[in-house]
Amino acid sequence: MARTDTASPQGAPPGHATGEIVFRFACAAAATFLLAALAGVIISLFIGGLPAFREFGFGFLTSTTWNPVTEVYGAAGPIAGTLITAFLSLLIALPLALGVAVFLVEFCPARISGSIAIAVELLAGIPSIVYGMWGLFVLAPWFAAHVQMPIAMHVDPDTFLGKLLGGTPNGANIFTASLILAIMILPYMAAVFRELFLTVPPQVREAAYGLGCTPFEVIRAVVIPYVRRGMIGVVMLGLGRALGETMAVTFIIGNAHGFPHSLFDSGSTIASTVANEFAEATSDMHTSALIALGFLLFVITFVVLAFARLLLREAKV
Amino acid sequence: MMTRAARRRAQNGIFVVLCGIATVIALSALVMILWTLLSKGLGGVDTMIFTRDQPAPGSPGGLRNAIVGSLIMCSIGMAIALVIGILAGTWLAEYGAGTKYGQVVRFLNDVLISAPSILIGLFVYEMLVAPFHGFSGYAGGVALAFLATPIVVRTTEDILSLQPGALREAGMALGASRAFVIRKIIWKAARTGLLTAGLLGFARISGETAPLLFTSLGSQFYNADPSQPMASLPTTIFQFALSAYDDWQRLAWVGALLIAVAVLFINIVGRVLARETHRK
Repeated sequence: MARTDTASPQGAPPGHATGEIVFRFACAAAATFLLAALAGVIISLFIGGLPAFREFGFGFLTSTTWNPVTEVYGAAGPIAGTLITAFLSLLIALPLALGVAVFLVEFCPARISGSIAIAVELLAGIPSIVYGMWGLFVLAPWFAAHVQMPIAMHVDPDTFLGKLLGGTPNGANIFTASLILAIMILPYMAAVFRELFLTVPPQVREAAYGLGCTPFEVIRAVVIPYVRRGMIGVVMLGLGRALGETMAVTFIIGNAHGFPHSLFDSGSTIASTVANEFAEATSDMHTSALIALGFLLFVITFVVLAFARLLLREAKV
Repeated sequence: MMTRAARRRAQNGIFVVLCGIATVIALSALVMILWTLLSKGLGGVDTMIFTRDQPAPGSPGGLRNAIVGSLIMCSIGMAIALVIGILAGTWLAEYGAGTKYGQVVRFLNDVLISAPSILIGLFVYEMLVAPFHGFSGYAGGVALAFLATPIVVRTTEDILSLQPGALREAGMALGASRAFVIRKIIWKAARTGLLTAGLLGFARISGETAPLLFTSLGSQFYNADPSQPMASLPTTIFQFALSAYDDWQRLAWVGALLIAVAVLFINIVGRVLARETHRK
């Protein structure tokens, strides 16, 4: 675009150049406000968490004790819960999301494909609290009765499997929280995967078909290599969502402090701990420990999301 | 012994079936959730929901205070988000498009879109609630503004970038300043798109719960004064769903249905408008 913007042509109304400067300044200030907001979040969380970091030092990251009565706080439990649920949900959602995206782009008749894609995208917008209620009232009781109980009855609790799948069969545990997270990030990831696959030029695809490739071979040998970096971006984006998701997890994870002992054990995540305790925290150290947790979550998600965006930016999605 | 062609055909067949199964699993999980929402919520929708405030357990009541609180806080949030978001989006599309700084802002805005909302709640608590010793509807509205703004920015930038350069050139050829061209020509041509930007931002914040838990806190009384703690639909649902009372849980389902329907409706309207803009 020509850079003639600040030069006021002759005969322009008075105040013309001033208006231009004011408007341009307002726009730039608004853009800068976004940077300030992000910086503000990280600085305020760091300052708020500082008393807890000072008091507990590096032990804040490694200790599993979280006790508001004795004022001893360690974040290892919520950190483990956050990472385990996020990775587990990704493990479940990734193959499904890929399958949905491939199905929509390659196999489904165009007319139906468009409608399913829109439906999937709309579902990505449903508030997390709705998923949480479904998890608490439908998924958890079903899971307790039809998965946890049979396993508890038939698997020897002393074996490795028994230890991995032990726990009170009430349905509120790390695994069901991961299931809910998987259902929540699935439509979102499927939608971005679909956009990503649509960026593959049709000529490339048609050339492969012209050589006699089956659809499976086209996807494996042409489409996926073409968008590989972007695919990592989508995975990271899903991971970022799962790490920070709050309400649905708070409903269904069981909200137990400390390090989870098995997949079917109640636990907590950083976000669920903050959501549950922050408004009721009475001591300054409790509040500070929760904000320190928030700071850790911010650092983790920021790194993951920034990486995701970098990869997706290159893929132009 | 299979021939090579037969093996490839079989391999492909299995792949197609697996992709189909994935789609069926995904869609059925989502249909199940919507079905639960409808079957548990629809029966409870009556006029009392909109005319009565939240009840004590065991007595009849509605969600008026929560609905009004949500509307007020979302309005505050959207008012802030629209002003900042449209200006920032305009800067990205019109002034900062090719600059390094523009790239940085766009990148961080994309990161902000997916940032955990509960952290925005903590931030606003530190900024507005702790220093003034009070939870308030204003704090809740500001938290929502931080969540809606990045979406408005992104959509605004996309929409403005779609406007033909000839529009800008024509305006400037007549001697209008760049700011004048943007405000009177580009914004006007893109007004449906800007409306879409607002709707998408609104859809995002109307169901947000986590950032409101410790900014507006919630309130069991009807309250239209944002300087006081304020109820909202999502926080009321949270409280009622986790309560031990059947009638509170029923109200929670009604509330969840209301929010889900509202979010879906706003998203669909936004989408239809966006498609019309693209067609032009």
